[in-house]
Amino acid sequence: MEVTSTEYKRCDVVKAAGRVDSSTAPRLEEALNSIVEAGRYKIVFDMSDINFMSSKGWWVLIDAQKKCKRYKRGEVILVNVQDNIRESLDLVGMGSYFKIFNDLTAAVGSF
Amino acid sequence: MLIGVVYRMETVSFPGRFESLPRVGAFISQAAKSAGLSDKAVYAVQLAVDEACSNIIDHAYGGEDRGVMLCSVIVDAKGLTVILRDRGMPFNPQEIPDPQVDVPLEKLKPRGVGVFLMRKMVDEVRYEYSPEGGNVLTLIKRRES
Repeated sequence: MEVTSTEYKRCDVVKAAGRVDSSTAPRLEEALNSIVEAGRYKIVFDMSDINFMSSKGWWVLIDAQKKCKRYKRGEVILVNVQDNIRESLDLVGMGSYFKIFNDLTAAVGSF
Repeated sequence: MLIGVVYRMETVSFPGRFESLPRVGAFISQAAKSAGLSDKAVYAVQLAVDEACSNIIDHAYGGEDRGVMLCSVIVDAKGLTVILRDRGMPFNPQEIPDPQVDVPLEKLKPRGVGVFLMRKMVDEVRYEYSPEGGNVLTLIKRRES
C-alpha cells in the first residue's frame, strides 16, 4: 500500500491506495502520526483509491481523529469513501465520528 | 431455465502473519464470486474473513509466525461457507461483547469492533474448539434469492 502526504496551506492531504488491513494499517498510522507530531492537525484523507478497509484501518483513523480534535485544534476529514467501506463504517456506528466529502477541493476548502 | 448446482471445495494453508491477509482476501473473493454472490456480499465475506484471520493471529496465536491458518471454502447451492482452522489457544469470538459506539469520540475503544463487524457481515457464525482440532470457525454467506 502506497501512502503519500502533501502539505498545503490550509491542511495536509494524505492519500493511500489498495488495502488497509492489519499488515498495512501501521504505514497509514505512521503517515498520520508524523503530521500530528509536526503540530498540524487539519488532515484530509483521500480514500478514492482504497478498495478495502478492515477495523484496524478504522482504529488508525479514530486515533488520529482523537489527537486532531483535542483542544478543537483540527480534524480528520474523509473524501471519496467507496460504498462498501462506507457501509461497514456505518454498520458499526463509527460513521458519525467523521465528516465525509465526495470532492477533494470541497474537503480542503472546508478548513 | 435449469441451472446446474456447482460444488467446489478447496483448502489453502496460509502462514499466520498479517502479510498473508491480501492473499487470503483474494482467495475468499474468488470463491465468493464463483458462489454467485453479489459484489456487496463478496466484499462483506472478505471483510469478515479478514477480521477473523487478524483475530487468529492476534488472539489465538498471540502474535505473528506461530502457526498456520487453514482456510477452506465450500460453494454449494445456497452460497459460500468458509471454515477457518488454527492450532492456537481457544478463542471464541462469540464470547466477545459488542463494542460501545454510541459514546463521545474520546471514550471510543477498539475492543470488539472486528468481531462485531465479522458477525454483521455474514449470515451465520459457528465456533468449535477441541484439543485435537484446535479452533474451528465457520462463516456462512447465503446467496440472495
